[in-house]
Amino acid sequence: MKSLKNTLQEILKYPSAVFGTIIVLILVVVAIIVMVKIPYSQAINAWRGGEQVVRKNPKTVPPKWYNWFRSEKLVESLDMQEGDEDVIVEERMTEGGTAIKTTTFTINYEYNSFPQELTLFFTSAYTAKQPFVSIKWFTPDGREIKVANFAITQNYTFPINQDAKLKKKLGDLYPVIGLFASPESAKSANPVPLQGEYKLEIESVMFEEGSTVQPEFVMLGQVFGWAGTDHQRRDLLVPILWGVPIALAFGLIAAVGTSILTMMIAGIGTWYGGVTDALIQRVTEINLVLPFLSILIMVGTFYSRSIWLILGVTVLLSIFTGGIKSYRAIFMQVKESTFIEAAKAYGASDRRIIFRYLIPRIIPLLIPGLVLAVPSFVFLEASLAVLGLGDPVLPTWGKMINDAYENAALYRGWYYWILQPAVLLMFTGLGFASLGFALDRIFNPRLRGM
Amino acid sequence: MELELDSKAPTERTAPSAAWNTASRVLKYSVVRLVSLFVTVVIGIYLTIMIANMGGYVDKMMIAEIQERVTVQVAKNPANKTMDPATKARITEVQIQNEIKRLKLDQPLAVRTTRFLKNALTLNLGRAMFLTSDSGSRSIRAIILERIPYTLLLMGTSELILFFSTLYLALALSRSYGSFWDKLVIALSPTSAVPPWFFGIFLILIFAAALRLLPFGGVIDAPVPQDFSARALSVLKHLILPASALIISSFFLSIYNWRTFFLIYSSEDYVEMAKAKGLPSRDVESRYILRPTLPTIITSFALLLIGLWTGAIITETVFQWPGLGRTTYKAIGLYDTPVIVGTTIIYAYLLAITVFLLDFIYALVDPRVKIGSGESPQ
Repeated sequence: MKSLKNTLQEILKYPSAVFGTIIVLILVVVAIIVMVKIPYSQAINAWRGGEQVVRKNPKTVPPKWYNWFRSEKLVESLDMQEGDEDVIVEERMTEGGTAIKTTTFTINYEYNSFPQELTLFFTSAYTAKQPFVSIKWFTPDGREIKVANFAITQNYTFPINQDAKLKKKLGDLYPVIGLFASPESAKSANPVPLQGEYKLEIESVMFEEGSTVQPEFVMLGQVFGWAGTDHQRRDLLVPILWGVPIALAFGLIAAVGTSILTMMIAGIGTWYGGVTDALIQRVTEINLVLPFLSILIMVGTFYSRSIWLILGVTVLLSIFTGGIKSYRAIFMQVKESTFIEAAKAYGASDRRIIFRYLIPRIIPLLIPGLVLAVPSFVFLEASLAVLGLGDPVLPTWGKMINDAYENAALYRGWYYWILQPAVLLMFTGLGFASLGFALDRIFNPRLRGM
Repeated sequence: MELELDSKAPTERTAPSAAWNTASRVLKYSVVRLVSLFVTVVIGIYLTIMIANMGGYVDKMMIAEIQERVTVQVAKNPANKTMDPATKARITEVQIQNEIKRLKLDQPLAVRTTRFLKNALTLNLGRAMFLTSDSGSRSIRAIILERIPYTLLLMGTSELILFFSTLYLALALSRSYGSFWDKLVIALSPTSAVPPWFFGIFLILIFAAALRLLPFGGVIDAPVPQDFSARALSVLKHLILPASALIISSFFLSIYNWRTFFLIYSSEDYVEMAKAKGLPSRDVESRYILRPTLPTIITSFALLLIGLWTGAIITETVFQWPGLGRTTYKAIGLYDTPVIVGTTIIYAYLLAITVFLLDFIYALVDPRVKIGSGESPQ
């Protein structure tokens, strides 16, 4: 207990250790919160749910906070339904028993650029006669544009900006541009939007009693959410957040597994000596010949890209490496100590000596190495993902970088897509590495004060 | 690496017999060491072959792929349009068998892997199954020889700059221990937790995407410049980013490690003694610090030289650098086992030879080391 307190006091003397500890703690806390708040199945659904999940997201747009650093704001996405502010609903009945509902969406448009997409989603209930809707668009300068009118089914999607008739009506401009462009600029090569209050009016005519129509207006902007979206319109917040527990799990399990197994095998080899020791030495040499990364790539390509299989192979290949030699050298020294003599004298069994006397002496040396090994494994997962061998199911940081790279994100200026996971990876790596270096200097007497 | 400090008291011996003893000891040691290294290489290569074949499963996948490919080929061929189905089926079957025979998939796995092993060990690298060199050859020797200059150029430039600059800077830092620069290096050494390709992405982002100063990747401009100096300049321009990525990634940790290593050695009593004698610091450095650390420096230089061979798989992939690493990656993606084994065997041989030679080099540079003297704790 006292030694633990001393260690903590020592750690506080190193600013890098404090920095590392804070980062590691933040990551652990975030990981726990993420796993509790967004259950695994929900995350996987958000990541691989397909069209239904992502249809209200814009494609490859940066996160919202981009606007904080820009004088010229990018268009924010809008999703409006009845009951929201800025949505007015009026209902009336005609004598024939036909209900008419007018829904007006008010859009305050204060941007200098155009949105990405405009879409109307309708959900309706009816038995035989389809409801009929007519859509009108009012600009701030008082123009009225008839968008379209049509009968709708139970679930109906009307992509405004893909409507060919409307495009023609707007002077062959895409509706996303044509609906917002100021009349003077509409004919020029560079249309600019007219700022002000736009109104979208939807008149739904229902021919049956009990028939309903619920319109929803979605304007896909140029920024979305806290992390932006990718080429499949997925919210990048999912891999950003879920990447934390996955990275930590992979890094920690691999580091702990490798360090402890290496130490135990070195301990057993040193204690028994002879054939056991020679065998371990030879296996280590053979492992030196094997191409580590190539084997991992082969396992990923041929067998399975499951992150847990890759983890197992990584641990297996990392046990018999240089680490075993350095542990062996230390065990050799400890083996000759007097307390081992004493243990032998009172008749302790081999197993007791290895696990109760030899290994506990090494643990202070094990910890720094363990912490230092974490970043390399975290980055290994990302490296494999960048080679296209990431786990096909899990949303991870490496997968994000890989997707971005395959879509030439850097070339097309979608920096947020690569920068966010990259910065997180960097922080994770630096956090563990700083802590590990400081621990190494605290626990390793040869480095003390150097 | 069996080396040991000769702690036995020197015994009185007559000169010729001592020389004879040394010669026979060295010879015996060399033979034992060579055999054990060779066995290591054989086992390592056989394991690689088995993994690359996935214990035979890759064969089944490849046969299925051949059947599909040949069937489509025959069906699509306009010359076969008027042929009746039975003939067509026969032709398809014959072509499938030919293709299987060409790839030698008709032989049992044990026979194939053993033949593979024998060929690999005799450096009879054979022919690739799918990959071709740029000149169109299937010969693995041609493929590797075509790629090796690029890998050596990239890895050689970066690793040599890294090795000598960090060694020099570390020596300077160990002299001014505790200074601002020393502390800066210690503070920055955790940056080496980040792999080179990762720095590569940032470098591309800054210098290629944002500033448009340097190319995104590749090795030379297209179209290729006509005269030699322009070509060299173009290659140099493409080399800067990947080489910097490789250097930055290990720079600070490498300085830190060497510096700590030199510090440990410069706190030895004999160094204090030399300083007390009033020797100039340059002499203290070269004779009392560098001399005993020479074996370690040589080892890491030798390992660096072998490391040049494998290339950097991911960095090369990120920068589209046409080196050996990217070829290995491509070969794995195509299940091209001969190419994977070919690159592995060369690396294994180089490693074994280096490990063997290092023992002798140690004995040459360090008079305390005696080759093969008894059972040695490593």
